[in-house]
Amino acid sequence: MAQQAFEDVVEDFEFLDDWEDRYRMVIEMGKAMEPLPDALKVPATKVEGCASQVWLHPRIADGTFHFEGDSDALIVRGLIAVLLRLYDGLPVSEVPRVDARAELARLGLTEALSAQRSNGLRAMIERIRTEAANAA
Amino acid sequence: MYDVAQIRRDFPILSREVNGKPLVYLDNGASAQKPQVVIDAITRGYAEEYANVHRGLHYLSNLATEKYEGVRDVIARFLGAPDPQEIVYTTGTTMGINLVAYGWAMPNLQAGDEIVLSVMEHHANIVPWHFLRERMGVTIKWVDVDSTGYLNPQKVIDAIGPKTRLIAITHLSNVLGTVVDVKTICHAARERGVATLVDGSQGAVHMPVDVADIGCDFYAITGHKLYGPSASGAIYIRRERMDQMQPFMGGGDMIREVHKDSITWNDPPMKFEAGTPGIVQQIGLGVALDYMMGLGMENIAAHETRLRDYARARLDGLNWISVQGTTPDKAAIFSFTMDGAAHAHDLSTILDKKGVAVRAGQHCTGPLMEHMGLTATCRASFGLYNTEAEVDSLVDALELAHDLFG
Repeated sequence: MAQQAFEDVVEDFEFLDDWEDRYRMVIEMGKAMEPLPDALKVPATKVEGCASQVWLHPRIADGTFHFEGDSDALIVRGLIAVLLRLYDGLPVSEVPRVDARAELARLGLTEALSAQRSNGLRAMIERIRTEAANAA
Repeated sequence: MYDVAQIRRDFPILSREVNGKPLVYLDNGASAQKPQVVIDAITRGYAEEYANVHRGLHYLSNLATEKYEGVRDVIARFLGAPDPQEIVYTTGTTMGINLVAYGWAMPNLQAGDEIVLSVMEHHANIVPWHFLRERMGVTIKWVDVDSTGYLNPQKVIDAIGPKTRLIAITHLSNVLGTVVDVKTICHAARERGVATLVDGSQGAVHMPVDVADIGCDFYAITGHKLYGPSASGAIYIRRERMDQMQPFMGGGDMIREVHKDSITWNDPPMKFEAGTPGIVQQIGLGVALDYMMGLGMENIAAHETRLRDYARARLDGLNWISVQGTTPDKAAIFSFTMDGAAHAHDLSTILDKKGVAVRAGQHCTGPLMEHMGLTATCRASFGLYNTEAEVDSLVDALELAHDLFG
């Protein structure tokens, strides 16, 4: 079990039986996500290794991991919104224990991880883990 | 009669599925698929006729050498080169242009000399010239295209000054599909003693080429876009320019004699072909070019013109798609963006789910992207085996993307 915010997403996705609807949901989640302020779109928050532009801004307070993110691509924004449900609010020490690949597979989004290396999802997850490890 | 259904059967990969959908391969600008005759030539090359070339006196070495060297005649015929000895083998256009940069430009240019480029060049025809700018103080002069993607040849000719030594220009833009009037440019340059290099990566794929008629000094082609093996290719080098060149890479095959304190070069073109080459790749390229010439370059061009007209009409019908490059005689290469927030990678992701392969990104044309004020586009590039039904598949997939992102 992941945290509740992600379990809610899993529940929403259970009713979607084709890829079009799953992508539609991801895109909607991205559109609904608060954009990262331009002031935070700086080299320090930029995630390299992505085909589109991606930014992650972690905030760690009282041992809890928070982050905001953004991208200029809608699908990637949506994937950030999914990662937000997966990681945001976790105790820092638990971040590395999340098996992102397995959790995303529950949404039927594994190909977003495997086939599309270049969309930067891997790089984002790697960045989240590194930031959490540095704070721990 | 150009029978595209029959032609498609020559390309085994075209019958496969991607993501559960029939493959619609519209990424030919990046690399083309291979006909069975090329695949067979590669298999036979390794299974029955393989040895190193130019070395052994044994049967297989002679056989491989004969096949490998015979490709020079095929390429010369394909390009209209008067003499097969003016064809230098390369691994592709990138190597061809680097050969000119290191072998011709470095020994012949000096600080302050100018190289003229168009703003729509591929990085392969930009970066080698940046080397000269950084290392020798050579100046790069850029010529813009207009809002339709048209490159006025007179603007290129007007850019020639007393210090201009080389014009390096694409025959056909890999992003805009613009066909450049290289003949007018090359003839004017020749009159002024300026060397000309034509990047034929795309041009030679889509129309008949005659380097003697164009009047260029260098014409580079790349095999993998010509339905041939990857890492095959060639560059035509006019004899007078060849005589001005120094070897680029050193190694076996390009020398006549090597001593501890002296060296003599082999004759061109081998002077510029160091080391064991892509033997089987190059043999495969010969088969690919014969395949294209068998279909007829005029016939291929006519087929692709029909595809272009159909694709243009269908894409024009989508008022939320903006196509970059609108010259009337452009090739069947369509770069586009979708109005709204969707990124080119968003579009290509959805197209891929529908089995439609396109490229998304900068297309190795940073200066052109800056000129157009874009960070990325999607590009559908058609080839000799594509069909109008595939244009429909592209449009259907775009409509789905528009619905999803809309």
